[in-house]
Amino acid sequence: MDITLPILILAIPIAMFLILGLTGMKMSHKMAGVLGICGMGTTMVLSYIVAYTYFFSSGSAITADGMSMPFIVDGVRQQIQMFDVTWLSWAFERGTLTVNLGFLLDPISAMMLVVITTISFFVHLYSWGYMEGEKGFQRFYAFLSLFSFSMLGLVVATNIFQMYIFWELVGVSSYLLIGFYYKLQSAVAASKKAFIVTRFADLGMLIGILILSYYTKTFNFIDLTQAGGPEEVFNTIGSGSVFMGCSVLTWALVLIFTGGMGKSAMMPLHIWLPDAMEGPTPVSALIHAATMVVAGVYLVARMFPLYLMEPASLDFITGIGAITALYAAVVACTQIDIKRVLAFSTISQIAFMMVSLGVARPEIHEGLGYMASMFHLFTHAMFKALLFLGAGALIHAVHSNDYTAMGGLRKYMPITHWTFLIGCLAIAGIWPFSGFFSKDEMLSAMYGYSTFWGIWMTAVAGLTAFYMFRLYYLIFWWDENPHYKHHTPHDAPWQMSLPLIILAAVSCVAGFIPFGELVTWNGEPYHIHIDWVGVAIPSLCVAAAAILLATIMYRKKNSLPDKVAAIWPGLWTAAHHRFYWDEIYMFITHKIIFNGICSAIAWFDRHIIDGTMDMFAKVTQKTSYAIRGFQSGSIQAYVWWYFLGAVALAAVTAWAIL
Amino acid sequence: MESIGNIVLYFVVSLVIIIFSVMAVTTRKILRAATYLLFVLLGTAVFYFQLGYEFLGAVQIAVYAGGILVLFVFSILLTQHPADDSKVLTMHRRFVGILASLLGVALLGYALYTMPFAEGMSLQTALTANDVDMQMIGSKLLSTDKFGYMLPFEAVSVLLLACIIGGIAIARKR
Amino acid sequence: MNLDMLMYLIPSLIMFACGVFGFITRRNLIAILISLELMLNAVDLNFVIFNRFLFPGELEGMFFTLFSIGIAAAETALAIAIIINIFRAVKNVDVKEITKLKF
Repeated sequence: MDITLPILILAIPIAMFLILGLTGMKMSHKMAGVLGICGMGTTMVLSYIVAYTYFFSSGSAITADGMSMPFIVDGVRQQIQMFDVTWLSWAFERGTLTVNLGFLLDPISAMMLVVITTISFFVHLYSWGYMEGEKGFQRFYAFLSLFSFSMLGLVVATNIFQMYIFWELVGVSSYLLIGFYYKLQSAVAASKKAFIVTRFADLGMLIGILILSYYTKTFNFIDLTQAGGPEEVFNTIGSGSVFMGCSVLTWALVLIFTGGMGKSAMMPLHIWLPDAMEGPTPVSALIHAATMVVAGVYLVARMFPLYLMEPASLDFITGIGAITALYAAVVACTQIDIKRVLAFSTISQIAFMMVSLGVARPEIHEGLGYMASMFHLFTHAMFKALLFLGAGALIHAVHSNDYTAMGGLRKYMPITHWTFLIGCLAIAGIWPFSGFFSKDEMLSAMYGYSTFWGIWMTAVAGLTAFYMFRLYYLIFWWDENPHYKHHTPHDAPWQMSLPLIILAAVSCVAGFIPFGELVTWNGEPYHIHIDWVGVAIPSLCVAAAAILLATIMYRKKNSLPDKVAAIWPGLWTAAHHRFYWDEIYMFITHKIIFNGICSAIAWFDRHIIDGTMDMFAKVTQKTSYAIRGFQSGSIQAYVWWYFLGAVALAAVTAWAIL
Repeated sequence: MESIGNIVLYFVVSLVIIIFSVMAVTTRKILRAATYLLFVLLGTAVFYFQLGYEFLGAVQIAVYAGGILVLFVFSILLTQHPADDSKVLTMHRRFVGILASLLGVALLGYALYTMPFAEGMSLQTALTANDVDMQMIGSKLLSTDKFGYMLPFEAVSVLLLACIIGGIAIARKR
Repeated sequence: MNLDMLMYLIPSLIMFACGVFGFITRRNLIAILISLELMLNAVDLNFVIFNRFLFPGELEGMFFTLFSIGIAAAETALAIAIIINIFRAVKNVDVKEITKLKF
């Protein structure tokens, strides 16, 4: 394999973006859609070839500088920089710092290539049906292409600075797509919220990057994560520098993780993701479920050897992830809007991956947590995209986001019903669906690290099964909505159904992929074995119990849910209001920052700074009015004054000389 | 000792310059002012000849007297009625003008009188120092060496071109 | 009796003073231009005089005068074009009438 494929994988989406963005308005909807789908399809095929070659052939890659790099050396998968072009370079006394743009091929980037292009392709296809006849159809496809390009650039980044650049680019494309219906006030507000919150988090990430590169003098991932690389630097320079009780490296890593918290919607920066559901549903499936929001997980995985050096930072990640997972799962049980339920489910699942990364240690099951996290990233992308696309089909059919407008839909929409059920079973972790395998591995890793986190996360997994089946029953069983008599819902067109069916099929079989052979933290293959007695059967029982509970409560219309809610009315209301996080942010931003701090600053600005400037202006104005009579318009008067001035100057000069 | 002819010539020309300068700015008929200016310019040309710059004198006559003055006369004839005399000056204006001129004359005269270079050489000795011939002027004007005037020469030629175009653009009928 | 530099400078000085007087007192634009030419001519003459009496071996003063004459020709041509234009616009060349540019 040479560098042609990697370049094409990046070049096709950006070319599509430029073509559709610049000339899309001249095209018909069909033309733009076909162009976008073909472009993405080609990228998908190319990514499959790259991933297949990397994982399953024993060959080698020919990099841009002509070197032949074998994929596997001594049974360890290698990290290969296909090309790495120096973009900027600064020389200073301690060395040269370069910002490169390149293509890094390693297990997780190859896996992400597959995930991104697959989901992106199906979303492209699905949007053809879902966005049919919408104004700005071509713009939608152009933005999808931009997003795909940015996300691909992010995962193949060879250095953290390139990652940061593409990190911001996915932020922009997410902003553009959430605000796609820019005439809708709520969509505009949601897009701004998403952009500001993630941008705020990225500030922390930038500071972290700067601290890290200041000490290590490099941005490059391979240099950063290779054994003995930065470790030495930190042991000599970094260990002495302690700030507020933590070493410099801990600070850098935690700050970099802040960026990941923003993108992956960890507490307390999760508030943007539920609102981001204002965007079109395919966008939610692609960006806010499968790809962009896992960027934070990917970031930690990418820098994992560094995080390993500071276990404190990993514990921080574990804590944040565990709290977020529980919080989001509880909130998801009380939401009415089906996309919000799925959004909180996404937050919870990503937090699951974070915890799994946080508990990964080489000495515990040979770094199982890392592998399990990546495995779950893969399976979750598939079944969560499936669930979102299913939700899109439902919304398409009943024209509402709330489950109160649904119920009893199983007869009207069989394809959606069955695929959605598969998605729910997968996320609940029922054998043999894909979620079971990845979740089982994650739970194994957690039990291996500490029983406390293991039980905690098992409870979260149970909650997951409960709220997903609550959603499923409320949509497809419960009580048939009388409104259907006037407007009979029906299954979506083939462009929308086909992705559902394929993703459902993938969700059924993806668990059997020998993932441990492909992706591990250090590149050495790991043989997955399922701990049936210790982990799998208990978690299956918990999931089954949760499903049973959901079946009792929601299968037929009854008053049980209201009674249960009435046991702890305070808890239910708080969860329904997402534990008032938005209100807290509103209070902080509006009451404290805007009204308190900003108004004082505004007063100072208006009265002191502006006042000084106004005074200058007023003095100038007054003086000008006073002396404007000199400009009489008579040239000869000017000459007279000029001549007197010249004479005076000459006199002074003569007096000075003589 | 200067030759007597030169001295007489100097005094005659000085008188002509002084008298016609004063008359050019005091006469009330504008056409006459232009004519008096012609005499002043011619007097200046004679001074150039006397100082040994024959080429410059010729240029002065050709460009100033021949070219510029004709332009003046044209414009006067275009814009003035022959009977239009300018008004008699008010006392205030006359005072202001005379004050300015006298201030200037006093200051410059004082400077001339006190500056050490006033005791320079006589015209006779100065004239023997070198002979300005046409060939030297031509070669210097088009030379690029030190003290060569190629660049100003070209700059002035461009300026004149711009001036021709500008004159046409400004004065043409719309 | 010797003809020295001062004797040549005096007519030039008076010419300049007349130019100043005329520029300040005259109302007619063309008369102002004539005064301007007087001043310019006085300066040209000074260049030549200084050249002849202080640096007889050099030609710089002469060349300055030469270029000055050329530029004066250009300037006069343009000025007269402007004056004719003004005359077309306001039927007058009296500087008192042309006060559109004042505040």
